[in-house]
Amino acid sequence: MTATTAETPPAADEARPAPLPRGYRFELVKLLSQWRIRLVLAACWIAPAVFVAAVSMQSSLPADTVFGRWMHASGWAGSLVVLGFSCTWALPLLTSLAAGDVFAAEDRLGTWRHLLVAVRSPRRIFVAKALASLTVILAMTAGLAVSGIAGGLAAAGGHPLAGLDGHMLSSGDAATTVLLAWGCVLAPTLAFAAVGLLGSVALGRSPMGLLMPALLALGLQLAQMLPLPVAVRTALPGEAFLAWRGLFTAPAQTRPLLIGIAVALVWAVVATALAYRLFLRRDFTDLAYDGSGRRVTVHGVLPLALLAVLTVALVSWTTPASGSGIDRGKLEDSLATSYGHLYRLQTRELHRPAVTEAQLRTTASCDKGGDRVADEGPGNDWRCVVTWHLPGVSSTGTAIYQLDVTADGRYVADGDGPKEVNGYFQVRTSSGDAPNPLWQFDGNVDLLAGPASAQKG
Amino acid sequence: MRRSRVVRARGITKSFGDVVALDGVDLEVEAGQVHGLVGPNGAGKTTLLGLLLGLAVADRGRLEILGAPVGRTLAVPDGVAGFVDGPGLYPSLTARQNLTALARLRGHDSAAGVGEALEQVGLTDVADDRVRGFSLGMRQRLGLAAALLTRPRLLVIDEPANGLDPAGKRHVHRVITGLAADGAAVVMSSHRMDDLAALCPEVTVLATGRVVFSGPVGKLAAEVGDLDHRLLTADPPAAREVASRTPGLRVVRDPQAGPDDGALVVRGPVQALDDLVVRLVEAGVAVRGLAPVVPPLEAAFLALTGTEPRETEEDPR
Repeated sequence: MTATTAETPPAADEARPAPLPRGYRFELVKLLSQWRIRLVLAACWIAPAVFVAAVSMQSSLPADTVFGRWMHASGWAGSLVVLGFSCTWALPLLTSLAAGDVFAAEDRLGTWRHLLVAVRSPRRIFVAKALASLTVILAMTAGLAVSGIAGGLAAAGGHPLAGLDGHMLSSGDAATTVLLAWGCVLAPTLAFAAVGLLGSVALGRSPMGLLMPALLALGLQLAQMLPLPVAVRTALPGEAFLAWRGLFTAPAQTRPLLIGIAVALVWAVVATALAYRLFLRRDFTDLAYDGSGRRVTVHGVLPLALLAVLTVALVSWTTPASGSGIDRGKLEDSLATSYGHLYRLQTRELHRPAVTEAQLRTTASCDKGGDRVADEGPGNDWRCVVTWHLPGVSSTGTAIYQLDVTADGRYVADGDGPKEVNGYFQVRTSSGDAPNPLWQFDGNVDLLAGPASAQKG
Repeated sequence: MRRSRVVRARGITKSFGDVVALDGVDLEVEAGQVHGLVGPNGAGKTTLLGLLLGLAVADRGRLEILGAPVGRTLAVPDGVAGFVDGPGLYPSLTARQNLTALARLRGHDSAAGVGEALEQVGLTDVADDRVRGFSLGMRQRLGLAAALLTRPRLLVIDEPANGLDPAGKRHVHRVITGLAADGAAVVMSSHRMDDLAALCPEVTVLATGRVVFSGPVGKLAAEVGDLDHRLLTADPPAAREVASRTPGLRVVRDPQAGPDDGALVVRGPVQALDDLVVRLVEAGVAVRGLAPVVPPLEAAFLALTGTEPRETEEDPR
C-alpha cells in the first residue's frame, strides 16, 4: 500500500488529441504499407495503358463496349473503354479494397486500444481514416484515367472522336469531355466508398464489410438489367456510372448525369454520417467485436433503403419521364441524328461532296417487334428505317437498322442494308480501306427527356 | 522522503452489462514505484489498466491520474502511456516505421528518440524488419518501446514479459526499473509471480473485481501462513518418523509425488521447519533439500484468490 508520505502533484494537463494532419498521415502510411494496396495502385497506373495500347493495335476491336469500335480512330476512345469497364467493376472493387477494410483492419489486428490511446479522439480517427482511404481511391482513379488516356494517345494519337450521336469532337473537346466524364464518376465512387466505410465500421472483423461495395455494385448491375421504371433507375447511386455517356452527345444529356451525381453525393454523405455515428457508439473495449446484425440493419441498411425510396419519389416527382424512358419517338430522333452525323463522316472518308445535316433532312421510322408489341422499352427487336435526302437528287435514300436497345438507354444500331450504305464493315477509299461508320454504331437515348412527340409538339 | 502520488483511485466500480468487472477498487501508486497487479483471469486487471489508460471511465468512484481527475474516456493527462491486451502494432510496417508513425502522431517527431527507444528494448538490430516476422516477445518489447517514446510519467503495461526469452526479460526488467528510478510510476499486470517478485515492491491482488490484498510483496508472502515444503533426504522413512515427532509440524499428502521418489511434504511455521532440520541432523538423516512446494508469492496468490484449493489432507502413512 502507498506510504502516507505521498502527496498529490499539481494536476497535469489533459492530453490533447493528435492533430488531424498527423492522424491522416499515419492512416495513409498504414494503407500504403499494405502490399495489396500498393499492387493495385501500381496496376491502376500501368495496366490501362498497356491494355489500351495492346487492344488499339489489334485488328479486332471490342465493339460491344461503348467507344470500343473507335479505338483505332482516336486515342481518346481507349480511356473511355477503360472508364466503362471501371464503372462496371473496377471502381466498386477499388473502394472495397481501400475503404471497405480501413476500420476492419484495426479489428483484425487488435489495435483499436493502441490507436485510441495514441490519437485520443475517435472523431479524428474516423476523419483521418476516411480521408486516407479517399486519398488512395482518388489516386487509383486518377491512375486509371491518366494511364488509359496515355495508352490511347500513344497507340492511336489524339484524333477527333465520334460522340454517341455521331458528331465529331475535336481533340481538345474530346480531352475536356473525357476528363469531365472521369470527374463525374467520382461521385458514385464516393458513394461506394462511403458504403465501404459503413460496412467496415458496422461489421468489425467480419469480411462482409469488405464486400459491401462489391455487393452493392452487383445489386445495382442486376437492377440495371431489369426493366425498372426510369425514375427508379435514375435514382440509384450508381446511375452516374452510366450517365456520363450523355456528355458525348450534342446537346449533352446532362439531366440524368446531374441527377445521378446528386443522388450519389447524397448517398456518400448519408452513408458516411451513418458510419460516423456507428463508429462513435461502438465499444472499443470488445476485442471480438464483429458488429451486431440488428444494429447494422437498424443504423445502416434501413436508413439507406429509406434514402433510396426518397430519391426515387423525388426523381419521379421532378422529372417528366415515365415508364422505361425509351419510346419510339426518342429512338427515331436519336437514330436520325446519329445517322446524319455519321453519314457526313462517311462522305468525308469517301471524298464525296460535302453535305450538311440540314440538307440531309434525315428521319427514322422505328417499330418494335411488329404490330402486336408496343413501341416502347428496351429490347433487341427494334427495326428502323432511316431516310435521307441529298442535294440535287430527287429520290430519297433509305437504310435499315436492327437496334439492340438496353434498359440504360444505350443502343447498338446494326446495318441491315442496303449493302452499299451499311452492308460492309469497311469502305473503300482512295487511300485504302477504312472502317464504315454506318455499318454499326452506338447511340444513347436520354431516358429523362419528355416524350419526343411532346417535344416536337 | 515525500513522493508524489501518480495514481489515486477510490471506490472504482465498472460494469459491462450485468457483469461487474471492478467493484469498489482502491489503488494508489507513487512516482518511482513499480506496482504489480495480479489476479486470476476475469479478475478485472485489464479493465483497471484500461481505466488508467483512459480507454473507459468508471461507473462510480473517483480516479485521479497525475493529480487530474479522469471523468470521461480518453481524458487522461499527458504523460500516460502503455498498452493492454498486447501491444498494438502494424505488421506491414517495420519496427522503426511503427515507432516513427506513433512519435509523429504524439508530436515527438524525433528519429533520435525512436532509435533510443529501440535501443532500450534491444531491438536496434531488427529496427528495419517488418513486424510481421516478429516473435511474441519481440512484439512485447516493441510495444514497450512505443510506450517509452513519450517519456511517460505513468507507464501502464499488461503482461510485459509475455513470450520473452531470458535475455528479453532482462531488457524489459532493466527498462522498467530504469523508468521507475527516473521517477515514473509503473503499473503492470502479470501472471508471472517471479516477474512481480523481481520488479514490484508493492502489489495489488484482485479477485472477481475486488481488491483482496494491496501492499508490500513481503507482507503478501506472510499473508499465506504456513507453507508446504518438500523435504528430500537420504532416508525417507526415518525422515517421516522425525517429522511426525516435530512439534508444530504436519506431514501432508503430496499430490504430485510418485510412490518412490523419496520426498515428503511438511507444513508448519518457519521455527518448526528449523527444528525439523536440527532433529534430522541429530538423527543422522542427511538432508538433501527443503524448499517450498509453491513459491511464497504464488502460494499467497492462490490462497487469496481461491483459484486452487489447498491440499490439507494429512498423509496417513
